[in-house]
Amino acid sequence: MIKLEPRGERSSTMAYLSPVLAAVLTMLTGLVVFTLLGVDPVEALITILYVPISDTHGLAELCVKTAPILLCAIGLSVAFKAKIWNIGAEGQLLMGGLFGSYIALQLIEAEGFWVLPLVLIAGALGGMVWSGIAAILKVRFNTNEILTTIMMNYIALNVLLWAVHGPLKDPEGYNFPESALFGESALLPILIDNTRVHFGMALALFAVVAVWVLMSRSFYGFQIKVMGMDAGAARLSGFKEKRLAYFALLLSGGLAGLAGVGEVAGPIGQLIPQISPGYGYAAIIVAFLGRLHPVGILLASLLMALLYMGGEMAQISLGLPLALTGMFQGMLLFYLLACDVLISFRIRLKPKKITPTPPSILASDTQG
Amino acid sequence: MKRRQFNKLVTGLAAGVCLTALSSLSVQAADPLKVGFVYVGPIGDHGWSYQHDQGRKSVEAEFGDKVKTTYVENVAEGADAQRVIYNLAKTGHKLIFTTSFGFMNPTLKVAKQFPDVVFEHATGYKMAKNVGTYISTTFEGRYVAGYVASQVTKSNKIGYIASFPIPEVIRDINAVQLALNKYNPEAELKVIWVNSWFDPGKEADAANAMMDQGVDVILQHTDSPAAMQAADRRGKYAVGQASDMSSFGPNAHLLSVVDEWGPHYINTVNSVMNGTWKPKANVEGMKEGAIVIPSFNDSIPADVVSHAKELIAGIKDGSVYPFAGPIKNKAGELVVPEGSSLSYEDLEKMNWYVEGIQSDIPK
Repeated sequence: MIKLEPRGERSSTMAYLSPVLAAVLTMLTGLVVFTLLGVDPVEALITILYVPISDTHGLAELCVKTAPILLCAIGLSVAFKAKIWNIGAEGQLLMGGLFGSYIALQLIEAEGFWVLPLVLIAGALGGMVWSGIAAILKVRFNTNEILTTIMMNYIALNVLLWAVHGPLKDPEGYNFPESALFGESALLPILIDNTRVHFGMALALFAVVAVWVLMSRSFYGFQIKVMGMDAGAARLSGFKEKRLAYFALLLSGGLAGLAGVGEVAGPIGQLIPQISPGYGYAAIIVAFLGRLHPVGILLASLLMALLYMGGEMAQISLGLPLALTGMFQGMLLFYLLACDVLISFRIRLKPKKITPTPPSILASDTQG
Repeated sequence: MKRRQFNKLVTGLAAGVCLTALSSLSVQAADPLKVGFVYVGPIGDHGWSYQHDQGRKSVEAEFGDKVKTTYVENVAEGADAQRVIYNLAKTGHKLIFTTSFGFMNPTLKVAKQFPDVVFEHATGYKMAKNVGTYISTTFEGRYVAGYVASQVTKSNKIGYIASFPIPEVIRDINAVQLALNKYNPEAELKVIWVNSWFDPGKEADAANAMMDQGVDVILQHTDSPAAMQAADRRGKYAVGQASDMSSFGPNAHLLSVVDEWGPHYINTVNSVMNGTWKPKANVEGMKEGAIVIPSFNDSIPADVVSHAKELIAGIKDGSVYPFAGPIKNKAGELVVPEGSSLSYEDLEKMNWYVEGIQSDIPK
């Protein structure tokens, strides 16, 4: 019989091995599924995991897709380390896109190097305003941030829709819900010619390094981690809990806002109703998939982006249904969660023989 | 895995890819025209994207192995669209249909990079040397639906589930109201905006909310059959959108206003094959077979059905036009005097309600 037995101590080997194991299991199941669908499984895996990034253009597209997920996830990791459950990256991203778009549209005729920084700052501020509301509610009124942040997502979406159907609508756009195209100076510079990879990816990588330094090299990061592990201990040590909560929420909101403005001032180039296909939600998965560690999150967001692109490619060249991408992602997460059990538990094939203690001795013990 | 093994695997994979590419080149000596379709929804939506996919299938049926079609479904209208369109062009598709308004700017951007590929964008207004547009005049079908609804309603309350307040949607609401004004001025049109093209949950909620208020006929400009099902459960009527939704509510289903994209797709493929394709704004309706009402519910009185059929015939020969004057706006001002009518260019920008609609266009 297979039995799970507590390890007593978390296995750091398994913590690293579990994602690898999950990936391998996903591949193996994928092979079975493709075979059942009548597709050459090796060709299918190549199409999904290699063809989308087989040339410069593909790699650039991978960066385009990764940047917003990475920015959101790296911010969330700080909040999650503090056990502050910010589920609102999606809304914060949308507000970032909205604030940034507002500035970009006000400065649509303006030229100069100063336009873009203003647009980016406005975007980050948009995200911070949105997460800041949740922070105030949490710190001041002890409101559960899971509920407030998730509900603020819907409010953000509707504010965005209102703006794009109303005040920010392109006056020459036949009443269609999109803004005018931004001016050149409000657009993020392209990093590689003839591709769409933009400065947002550089920002995201910078954020990864910055968060890594913050969390592993600074006292502030230490306080955040302590607060997440044991709020009581943090309080006893005199850490300013409220300030840390504000910090974590504002940082994650700001980075999500940056992700949003990066989309509108990057590949999209205007404000439209749908600036995110759920990056803020995908980032939650990515943050956990990456173990809340900057390097892990970088890898996880690249993988997530690749799976999206692979799903498109599987449709284009193999005619496989889109549901397959969803299934692939689902399998990966499912296996990861399943494999995570091995961090705290080990598998025993045979149950350890437990020699029953004779009741008489037990009884005499209690008596004695 | 050891590095050498890994290298071997990568080389093997790369060789495999090259081989498949080579073999596909040599096999396709006859070179079928590769046609790509980009859908905003899932093909299983039984509405907008489903109908475009039916059109794709009729292209395959018509041309056989002279064409090879590909589709990508559920493509988000943000940054993703451009990549999908680019990848279709890059993989040798010479004709690409992008079937949602939000694909307009991404289509134009990719079209610039692939001047020898023909693009057609549905429902937009921007064109280029290699980008044309196409749209169908759904308001013709909607007008007929409005007439039938005005005759079968008992409560004189008709509901309309609307997606986004863009001209296309507003003009169709207006077409229904104009039919009500003409055939049953007592009837009231209630409009609910769900801010989505496809959201079965919201659509069902909207349908139920309206039926709670006494609505007994529901029209929709959204793509799922949820409202049809809800109406069927409560013994009310509904009008199908984009595809034939009769199977989702056999008793509720008055009629469906069906988009037939097949004729347009077949014509376009033909013109690309002959080299006669030119960018233009294609506006097609009942006359061209792009808008079809396949059936009427048996419970509709015979005289209503026959008049509806007369309306259809009239729309086809041009004697009936929903937007012929006199038309007043919501405030009661005469906008289109008797004897003149709104042109398609006017309808393309329509952002005002006609007389009789109680609510306001959301801002």
